[in-house]
Amino acid sequence: MITNKSLIIPLVLFSSLAVLLWRSFSLEDPSLLPSQLLDKPFPEFNLEDLHSSTRIRNADDLLGDVSLVNVWATWCVNCLIEHPVLTRIAQGGVGIVGINYNDDLKKALVWLDQYGDPYTFHIRDNKGTLAIDLGVYGAPETFIVDESGTVRYRHIGVVTEEVWMEKLLPVINLLRGNSA
Amino acid sequence: MRNVTYGCIFLLFMPVGMASIDAHDFPDDDMQLRHQALIAELRCPQCLNTNLAGSDAMIARDLRREVRRLLLDGKSDEEVLSFMYDRYGDFVLYTPRIHIGTILLWFGPLLFFLAALAVFVGIIKNRRESTPKEVDREELAAILNAHAKELD
Repeated sequence: MITNKSLIIPLVLFSSLAVLLWRSFSLEDPSLLPSQLLDKPFPEFNLEDLHSSTRIRNADDLLGDVSLVNVWATWCVNCLIEHPVLTRIAQGGVGIVGINYNDDLKKALVWLDQYGDPYTFHIRDNKGTLAIDLGVYGAPETFIVDESGTVRYRHIGVVTEEVWMEKLLPVINLLRGNSA
Repeated sequence: MRNVTYGCIFLLFMPVGMASIDAHDFPDDDMQLRHQALIAELRCPQCLNTNLAGSDAMIARDLRREVRRLLLDGKSDEEVLSFMYDRYGDFVLYTPRIHIGTILLWFGPLLFFLAALAVFVGIIKNRRESTPKEVDREELAAILNAHAKELD
């Protein structure tokens, strides 16, 4: 016998399928690709520091504290838009490591002179190899890396005040809370 | 960003011979052909639906160079595709890999069909079982008699 209870099953199935499809077809922006790196260690690299070609930076430089890793370049117009926001974030006590991506060294240094340099240090990725290992395909992009060097979050596009307050800061607070 | 997109769209309409912008040297023709096949098979992560071969986006140029480097390192085609998959995910491959997500996507509808079929068969069976069976006439007569006596 079909009871009243079993009549609910198709309804439940239909609604869950509808919710699932609704979610998967309503991407914010189809150009945002999910990161393959989430919860994986930051890729290994050996690249020059932007300010000193003799100082070689590697993944160990990211250990110790939760930090933002920001991919930027002078050819990236939007990087200039997020620059004041990043400056405020750095003043608030969150370390930001820059990856200067496919850029001209002189132009990059002039840019930092002109607009200020809130970054802890910059990695010079002038061939884009680290960017490829990170799955980066444009700039700006911003990663949150925890104190053990694990990638925890990826934001593609400009870090605005809202993105900072609603997306990045909660993740940082969570990570800092967990490690305390 | 927008310029890059327009650039990609523009490139779509260019003759195929002109699509590959940068000339790479390869030690042999075979590797050159593999390079061409791979960059045709990998999607440019920045342009929505253009392959690496047909895009002038910076990332497409870098990835073409990376494919070349991997081939010169002696990597197999499969290893090159895995390298890209590990970094850029499903999006980068024109032929997606089989994993839990794609299995659900491709075979999910079949599962739903089978479930529906099972329910349908179940309903039919239930109907059959609840239809009256052969009537035992003697038993029926006995019941009716007993009932008639009560009424008398």
